[in-house]
Amino acid sequence: MSGALLEARDVTRVLPGPVPVTLVQGINLVIEAGEFIAITGPSGSGKSSLLYLLGLLDVPTQGMVYLEGRDTSQLDQAELASLRLKKLGFVFQFHFLLPEFSVVENVMMPMRKLAARTDREMREQATRILEELGLGAALKKTPDQLSGGERQRVAIARALANDPLIILADEPTGNLDTKNGRIVFDIFKRLVEVNGQAVITVTHDPQLSALTQRQIRLVDGQIVAQ
Amino acid sequence: MTLSFDIALTHLRNRKRQTLVSVLGVAMGVGFFIAMAAMMQGFQHYFIAKVIDVWPHIVVKDEYRSAPLQPAQRLFSGGAVALHGLKPLEELRGIKDAKTIVAELDGRPGMAAAPTLRGQVFLRYGSKDVSATLVGIEPQHERRVSHLESDLITGRLNALYSTANGIILGEGVAKKAGVGMHDTLSVISPAGVILKMKVVGIFRTGITPIDNFESYALLKKAQILQNRPNVINQIRIRLQDVNQAGATARGIEARLGYRTEAWEETYENVLGIFVIQNGIMYSTVSAILIVAAFGIFNIISTVVHEKTRDIAILKSVGFEEGDIRTIFLLEGMVVGLVGTLLGWLLGYSLTRLLGTIRFHIEGFVTAQGFFLYYSYMHYLIASSFAVLSAMFAAWLPARKAARLNPVEIIRGAA
Repeated sequence: MSGALLEARDVTRVLPGPVPVTLVQGINLVIEAGEFIAITGPSGSGKSSLLYLLGLLDVPTQGMVYLEGRDTSQLDQAELASLRLKKLGFVFQFHFLLPEFSVVENVMMPMRKLAARTDREMREQATRILEELGLGAALKKTPDQLSGGERQRVAIARALANDPLIILADEPTGNLDTKNGRIVFDIFKRLVEVNGQAVITVTHDPQLSALTQRQIRLVDGQIVAQ
Repeated sequence: MTLSFDIALTHLRNRKRQTLVSVLGVAMGVGFFIAMAAMMQGFQHYFIAKVIDVWPHIVVKDEYRSAPLQPAQRLFSGGAVALHGLKPLEELRGIKDAKTIVAELDGRPGMAAAPTLRGQVFLRYGSKDVSATLVGIEPQHERRVSHLESDLITGRLNALYSTANGIILGEGVAKKAGVGMHDTLSVISPAGVILKMKVVGIFRTGITPIDNFESYALLKKAQILQNRPNVINQIRIRLQDVNQAGATARGIEARLGYRTEAWEETYENVLGIFVIQNGIMYSTVSAILIVAAFGIFNIISTVVHEKTRDIAILKSVGFEEGDIRTIFLLEGMVVGLVGTLLGWLLGYSLTRLLGTIRFHIEGFVTAQGFFLYYSYMHYLIASSFAVLSAMFAAWLPARKAARLNPVEIIRGAA
């Protein structure tokens, strides 16, 4: 058992194949609620791979990931999906919004999957989140009517839909200009400070990683500094 | 489920033309099946109804199903007995003790029996010789086992009693011989007896082999003609419940030993053709639906391919494999169901259209147009066929979608 929000113990991920590729190796990491963490490192160092392992999208070849003290290594895909739905929120470099659905509907998508609220409550909640992110005017628009920065903020809103414990972001500013990148990081900061949520973000931008409380530097799949 | 349904519908709505083509494919399959089934079964039902109407349900014949065993074979049954050059015992043909049998059968509840003597004759009128089957009947019995009386287009059944040597001819027989009502013709039997008989009735059943070859006279006259006094060679039976014919026939045969045929057996060859007909119909329609299934497979595969990113995000957000599979299975089902509904409409209209076509045929039966049979079973069979093949076509791409690994897609998209 562990008391931490999220803990990686000796996590190694090897891609099988004729020439096995080691993505990350021997990762030990403890993350507490309300932490704002940047994972940095050169490209190919395993930043994203580590994020996917911490986000229960991928399962380690060796080692364990504990979420709220619970070992996740024995869970099947449906149980992992359910944990992702309730406890985690993802933001990727690409926004991955469903093009046929409006902004509100995109944000409601995880809520509808969880099905813990009525349709009206979900719409209100989604509207509230979007308004907080400055997207009150874009509710009914479809993703292709938005700018890149706006789309990424909708993606963040979707990640926040089910009020997750941890937000995991993979190069969330990779496709944005400096100004919009800054906005995204300000949002993350607010989530940590106001809501007490933990944010783990992969970035290679030193200016942005400097805004976080804690930096984890990866080289060749191993933590070299934190 | 409603969420999956929403996403499924959105996918289809965004590719209207492809969806429409798939839906139409299914609709064609369903529609053609319904129209073909109505046509074929219409004919089959008409034919069976006619046969049941015209023909006695069961006929007891004065013959045995197999030649009698020789005493040596009976004694050494299973032994290696071979007999050569045998001459079977010649029997006087006819049902023995027929009167008692007829009385007994006729007395059973739900059953009417009539004695008849059936034999070949020549009808000679002027220079024409027409061969026909002469059936000797007793009108008061006959009335209860066949619809001869209502099939008369002219004349009366009772005239057989009131006219000295009356004969009732099938319409085709009369035409071939060139005789009309009240004409007198010569009837010649293989026994060499010639009788002058007067036409007192002409009938039409609509079944060509009967109308072209059968004629009826009093049982007594037939016996005189065939030189077989007091002999009958067929007992014709009509049941209240025609579905009992097979079982009842077997029961009678087991008891009497005489070959007893239910109408199914008499018309075995035709019913066999019906089975083949139905087989052809089902395979044609399956072929159409298989082509439709390829269409469905195609559209859903395309959607899965185009929506890999959506699938990836849905899975990372917390959708399970089952949810993703459901989305694409639903897409197949929607295409199948909408196609089915359209197909019902198409099938019904096609059947209606066929019903308006008029033509005259005189083949096995006489008809003025298609016989059509409307049955909800056709609609049910067609739709289950369609929905099942749609689901199957959707299953493969749906499974592929469900198994997509979001990490690989997200990595690739970055």
